[in-house]
Amino acid sequence: MIEAALIGVLAGVFAGLLGIGGGALFVPALTLFAGLGQVDAEATSLLAIVPVAIVGTWRQRGYGNVRDRDAVALGVLASAGAVAGVVLANAVPERALELLFAALIVYVAWQLARGALAASDAPTGDTPGP
Amino acid sequence: MVDLSAPAGRTARLAAIGTLAGLFSGLFGVGGGVVMVPLLMVWLGYGAREATGTSLAAIIVIAAVAVATHAGYGNVDVEKGLLVGVPAIGGVLAGTWLQQRVPQRAIALGFAAVLVGVAVRLVVG
Repeated sequence: MIEAALIGVLAGVFAGLLGIGGGALFVPALTLFAGLGQVDAEATSLLAIVPVAIVGTWRQRGYGNVRDRDAVALGVLASAGAVAGVVLANAVPERALELLFAALIVYVAWQLARGALAASDAPTGDTPGP
Repeated sequence: MVDLSAPAGRTARLAAIGTLAGLFSGLFGVGGGVVMVPLLMVWLGYGAREATGTSLAAIIVIAAVAVATHAGYGNVDVEKGLLVGVPAIGGVLAGTWLQQRVPQRAIALGFAAVLVGVAVRLVVG
């Protein structure tokens, strides 16, 4: 159980640093160290994500990194998709969901590595806004 | 802030990004940043830090909708959610502070390695 809490800290650090990674670590922390099945771990991960995203957003706004109107639009427009995703998660076999999740985080890893290597000779994140 | 020259196209892009992010969030228990951050950069010309910040803000709404739906199925373990979520709040404060100060290349590569290790562990069981 202590491992799950430690991974929680780590997940928060990566979420703050990269904007992604909270859930990618919460879910396996909950299945591997807190005894939850894949679906319950996903549901519980989403609960943990909410306060982390609130605090992260508050900090990011302070740095001028949040476009409020787009963020609200994204959140509202995503709602139907989120409900559909949850229904799907409850419909497919749990082992299949676990394997798909493993594939997802490998994809995330590949994308991060690719982005990091591509950005090696260019400054990141400092492009002036419109 | 808003590109008024093509509001319809812009809204359509936001809708597409949001729908994809919502599906990923609900299906996999993640925030959806994996979808939003790259697409905001490629489709809407966001810089990396703006994409990160805006994605995090959208995730508040997306994760709240997804967790409420999961709660309807009785899948949410509140105690264990707090067990990982509360320590993560400290982590995210450290992470956003660090983001303004350290080059992200090494961190992204390190995180990628962690994720591959976790994936192997999940598949092997």
